[in-house]
Amino acid sequence: MFKDKSGLLLVAGLGFFVLAVLSSVLLGALMVRARPEATVEQIAEQNSNLMYQFEDLAYRYPDQFARYFGTPSTETLAEALRLGRRVYVSEGCWHCHSQLVRPVARDEERWGPASTAGEYQNELQRPAMFGTRRIGPDLSREGGRHGNDWHAVHFFRPTLVSTGSPMPNYPWLFDGAPDRPNRRGLALITYVQWLGSWLESYPYYEAHEPIRRPEQE
Amino acid sequence: MIDTLFGPSDDARHENLVDEPLVVAYFVAALGFLLVSMLAGMLMTLQLVSWNPLQGIELASVGRWRMVHTNTIAYGFLANAFLGALHWSIPRLTLRPVLNRRLSRIVFVVWQVVVGATAVGIVVGPTLQAMSRDLESLPFSFGAQGVEWGETPTWIDPLALAGLLLAAINFMAPIARTKGALYVALWYFVAAFVWTTLTYATGALLPQVWLSGSAGPVVGLFFAPLAWGLMYYFVPILLGKPIWSHALALVGFWGLVLLYPLAGVYHFLVGPFPVLPRGGAMLATVAVEMVVVTVIVNFFATIRGSGRQLVTNLPIRWFYAGTVFYALTCLQRVVQATPTFGAMIQFSDWGVGHAHLLTFGVFGMWLLGIMTYLFPRLWRTEWTSRKLCEWHFWLSASSVFVMAADLALAGLFQGNVWASLGPWDVSVDGSMPFWRVRAIAGLFLLAGQLCFFYNLVRTWRASRGRRSAATDKGLDGNVQG
Repeated sequence: MFKDKSGLLLVAGLGFFVLAVLSSVLLGALMVRARPEATVEQIAEQNSNLMYQFEDLAYRYPDQFARYFGTPSTETLAEALRLGRRVYVSEGCWHCHSQLVRPVARDEERWGPASTAGEYQNELQRPAMFGTRRIGPDLSREGGRHGNDWHAVHFFRPTLVSTGSPMPNYPWLFDGAPDRPNRRGLALITYVQWLGSWLESYPYYEAHEPIRRPEQE
Repeated sequence: MIDTLFGPSDDARHENLVDEPLVVAYFVAALGFLLVSMLAGMLMTLQLVSWNPLQGIELASVGRWRMVHTNTIAYGFLANAFLGALHWSIPRLTLRPVLNRRLSRIVFVVWQVVVGATAVGIVVGPTLQAMSRDLESLPFSFGAQGVEWGETPTWIDPLALAGLLLAAINFMAPIARTKGALYVALWYFVAAFVWTTLTYATGALLPQVWLSGSAGPVVGLFFAPLAWGLMYYFVPILLGKPIWSHALALVGFWGLVLLYPLAGVYHFLVGPFPVLPRGGAMLATVAVEMVVVTVIVNFFATIRGSGRQLVTNLPIRWFYAGTVFYALTCLQRVVQATPTFGAMIQFSDWGVGHAHLLTFGVFGMWLLGIMTYLFPRLWRTEWTSRKLCEWHFWLSASSVFVMAADLALAGLFQGNVWASLGPWDVSVDGSMPFWRVRAIAGLFLLAGQLCFFYNLVRTWRASRGRRSAATDKGLDGNVQG
């Protein structure tokens, strides 16, 4: 078996792969099989924190919002969430930002309650954007931390609100100016405001006082 | 050597076995994508140190090009180079040609289309899709898929899978037809073909509909077994002596195939995931490193007594430098798969350094060594400049080492700042010196590859002059270093 073709093919190739899939993947899946998976429409209907932010966007950018989404409703909110998530993935945001607050390394003191499995049981987490690198901060509790206008300026040119930030500019999410987000811009802001807005403890602010650096005095 | 082991057969002449133009085509395609990937990497690194001259241009979006960087290096450079090396080594090992030459060429074209479409899809897709409401409302994204190492847009995935499956069938045919015991290299190839197809299918498709994951396993299950198989093939040929211990080769292979797939979950060590697979992954990772030690010991024992070859034989030097780097990545993996250390360096540059050391320092260098060995054979012409070959090696080895060491240190710094609740800006500002060093290392790495490209073009030109003088006589099936 150890050197012949059928041993290699069936045991080494197929067998061990299947063993790994069963133990690593299937086992985990079975453990969460009872959890229901929420659709985007359900999120849009049930999350009032998010709807508040969405309506705020319509209030702050009335012309842009009317042009690209019309009026804030559960349908347009669902649209915005889907598009926002797609922008987040296709622009590669998840390569510099994580969405996983861990119960180690003092993540919780910085960002809020540790992420639980249930938070990822919805359509907007297929696949989940846990991330593998934090050049920028974790975003799973980002919703509500900043106003929509902060996000608009930040996406347009991050260094305007975050000195020394290595994040690139995203002018194509706007129609020429930071106070004119286009459809993708509005959608992405909505998506980011959704992150963490489902928590009881929303909005969650950092529990520690940042050390003031001499330049900031 | 091969003739005396297996006995010559009528068809087992090199020219009937190996499709040489195809090997050249694969290598050239690989190097083309290597260049694209390195330029994309430079763009990202320039962005991080705030020297990006293309800031604000949508089609030069760093976020998108970062995904092009990883995907062109994996599927453009590594996969193409592996396929080229397999088209050389499998027919020579089995003394049978691949299943179908036409199929091979079709797979080649399909693969370039897949990688090219991936790069174009990632960069242009989102822009295109945003142009009209109708395009936007399509139920799939034109751009990247949200799977790390699997960002190939979903609409390309089926073609990629088909290509991999056809390649596997093409290569398995000669292996299936061989009589008698298989050489160890072929064990690794068989495992790789089965795993790659399965991994791609699960990694690309499952997360989209069911469970999350990453395509990180593509490293362990696609590249690693192919790379080790190729080492078992080329090293004995180049050194002119067999691998030191057949028993260790057996242990190494069976240990690897059992443990590598189980270790994959270590990528999900910390988080809301079931504990059992995670604990298993930790054990599997530590265990697999012990197994890898046996493989490394085997290779170092093989070169014992032939140390001089490291100076005279360039391909051997590439292979053994790569093996040393491989040992380093194993040390890294052992510590990073533990809860204490792993939790600290998670999300930091440690992982980035590890990825570069493995992708370029190990797999890249092994493949460049294979190319350094094979191009003169494919073109019947010695390298025009031995000096440029040396520059290529030293620039590559030193740059990737500096980059990896720099990023490992950066990771330790970042992890410590985060774990001690330092303000976020401190971790970012403090990373700048590390990122500047990395940018410079990247430039030197690029310079090394440019030396290689230049040497390649000159050697090719020289070979064209020679080929017109009909030098096919004098080529025997035997290979020497």
